[in-house]
Parts: sequence; structure tokens; C-alpha cells
Amino acid sequence: MGHSRDDPRGALVRPYAVTRGRTEPTQAIAIEAVLVTSPHGLQEAQFTERDRRTIAMLCSERPQSMAEIAAYLGMPLGVGRVLVSDMVSAGILILHTTEDSGDLGQRIDVLERVLVGLRRL
Amino acid sequence: MYWKGYSLDFADSERSSAAPAGPITSAKIVIAGGFGVGKTTMVGAVSEITPLTTEAMMTVAGIGLDDPSKVPNKMTTTVAMDFGRITISQDLILYLFGTPGQTRFWFMWDEICRGAIGAVVLVDTRRVEDSFAPIDFFESRSIPYLVAVNCFDGAPYYEMEEIREALTINRNVPLLPCDARKRESAKQILIDVVRHALSLLHVERARASAGMS
Ligand SMILES: Nc1nc2c(ncn2[C@@H]2O[C@H](COP(=O)(O)OP(=O)(O)OP(=O)(O)O)[C@@H](O)[C@H]2O)c(=O)[nH]1
Ligand SMILES: [Mg+2]
Repeated sequence: MGHSRDDPRGALVRPYAVTRGRTEPTQAIAIEAVLVTSPHGLQEAQFTERDRRTIAMLCSERPQSMAEIAAYLGMPLGVGRVLVSDMVSAGILILHTTEDSGDLGQRIDVLERVLVGLRRL
Repeated sequence: MYWKGYSLDFADSERSSAAPAGPITSAKIVIAGGFGVGKTTMVGAVSEITPLTTEAMMTVAGIGLDDPSKVPNKMTTTVAMDFGRITISQDLILYLFGTPGQTRFWFMWDEICRGAIGAVVLVDTRRVEDSFAPIDFFESRSIPYLVAVNCFDGAPYYEMEEIREALTINRNVPLLPCDARKRESAKQILIDVVRHALSLLHVERARASAGMS
């Protein structure tokens, strides 16, 4: 602990940057949660602005996590989250579930599948 | 109604069928540890994509102002985290997230670790003390974790038991050596994390059913 490279400036106050006056995404999206463009999402995204069209394209090719979307679009996570959250509300993107959202039995099942997958690598 | 008439340059049906229609589950494993301990190297060793970086922007309140009547300077700073991906199957994706080297960004750790299957705490034997904070973090949040000693060339060699004692690592926490640069080694570490997490879930299930009967 106490790295000299640590930033000495002090306490953090707020995790999100303001995006068009909004500070909170309308729904919490985990960094690993994946998004897929809905069947009509690509068409619908045609009438929105460039970033949304890019996201709709990206998530129609293969499922992409919240973190991947932010990284590929070169935007901070908080900004990407607001956009993605809007696109989910608009029905352009479908938000899928994360491992921890299942019950105990489902989680054991997912972990067993992860284990099999890793052994096969 | 003329919505059918729009020309769509990229909306071909081929593309929209690329993603599976059914539910997809994603999971993550966190790779933690001090500065330069090999987190990004380990992510890169097993990831199917070149590790990506995403940044979280946040406001930092200035301290040490010479004039207290002034509005505190707020400055924006970014914390980077890198991550990789392993597509297990069409409907199951595993992500690997490296924590930011600066351990004071605890809120980022919360964000990265929330809902994780488990975590790897990487240790460099030349700076074992850097792993105290990550170990405490996972202990306090009951996140399943293991400790992996990254074998750097020229670093002093210790028996695993010596390291366990030095770091006061719980008996039930797996501790093993690794080489973060090697795919097989990194893969084995991930397997061990998942097995460890699974055994804890099995215990939890056994407890739950014992409590019910
Ligand atoms: N010899 C040896 N070198 C390693 C090993 N793992 C990582 N390195 C080297 O150590 C350096 C730091 O590795 P990184 O993977 O960048 O470490 P990191 O933990 O991501 O570092 P930060 O993100 O800056 O905290 C790189 O030059 C790696 O090539 C290892 O197992 N053996
Ligand atoms: Mg790194």
C-alpha cells in the first residue's frame, strides 16, 4: 500500500460524468452484461445519431458487453452506459442476464459450463 | 405508411441472425494485484481478443487549497481497466477484468468485482505487501478468490507455505504458482478459481437444504 504513484489529490465524489444533463443511467448495467441488437434494432437505429448506429451495428454482429461497447466506441463507461440504457428502453438493444442474477442452482449450472469451456480451451 | 421503403445500407437480414436469439449469460473473473504484477499479461494470455481498455471518468475533489473561501477545485480524472473475453459458447461468455493498479480507486473495484464468479490475486514475491489490500478486499466482500504467485525471472523463490504465512492467507484459500505469460498456466488458474467458487456454492447449497429439512 501507499504507492508513490497513487494520486494524492483526494477523495472521490462522483462516479459519473454528466451526459446531456443526466447523471444516472436509467438502469444499472453491469460491465460484463451483454447486449444484442433486437430484430428490428438495426432499422430503428438508422434514425438515431452516429454513436447509436455504431452500437447497433456492433451488437448485431455478436453479443458485446457493456465494457466492450464503451471500449470500441472510445467513450468513458458512464457515458456509454447512458446511451446503451436509452437504447435498451427504446427496444433497439436487448440486455441479457449475468451469472450472479440466477438462483443458486442456476449459478452452479453456469459455473459448471464455464469450467467445461475453460478445460476445452 | 411508407416505413417499408427506407433504404437500409447495413440492415441486411444476414447480419441480424448472427447473434443467437435465445438468452445469453455472461460472467466475469477479476484479476487483481499490485502495480506491474502481471494482470494485463494474464488477461492477454487467455483472452480471444487483444485486451481492451475502458475508462471510467470521475470527479476528484481538490484538497490542500490555499484559499478555503474558493469553491473546491474539482477535476476529472479517468481510471482505466483492461479486460479480455472468452466466448465459451454461443450463449455463454466469460470476461476477465484486470483491476486498476492504483488500489485507492476502491469504488472502481466495487464496480469491477460486483457479481464476479471469483478473483485471482496475483503476487510478485519481490513486493508481497502489495497484495495485502486486494486480499482484504475480497475477504471483506466474501468474493471467492485464490492467490497466484507470478514467477518472475530472478525473483526470490519461496515455498508456497512461506508465502501463505507471510500473507496470512486463510487455509481454505487456494495458493499456487503461475506464469502469467503462458496461456496454459493462466488457463489453469482460471479453472482453479471457478472450481473454488463452485465448491463454495455447493457448500452453500448443502447448507440451504440442510436448513430446510
Ligand atoms: N518474467 C516475467 N515477466 C512478467 C510476467 N508477467 C508479467 N511480466 C512482465 O511484467 C511487466 C508488467 O506486466 P503487466 O501485465 O503490464 O502488469 P499489470 O499488473 O497489468 O501492471 P499495471 O496495470 O501497471 O498495474 C510486463 O513487462 C510483463 O511482460 C511473468 O510471469 N514473468
Ligand atoms: Mg495492467
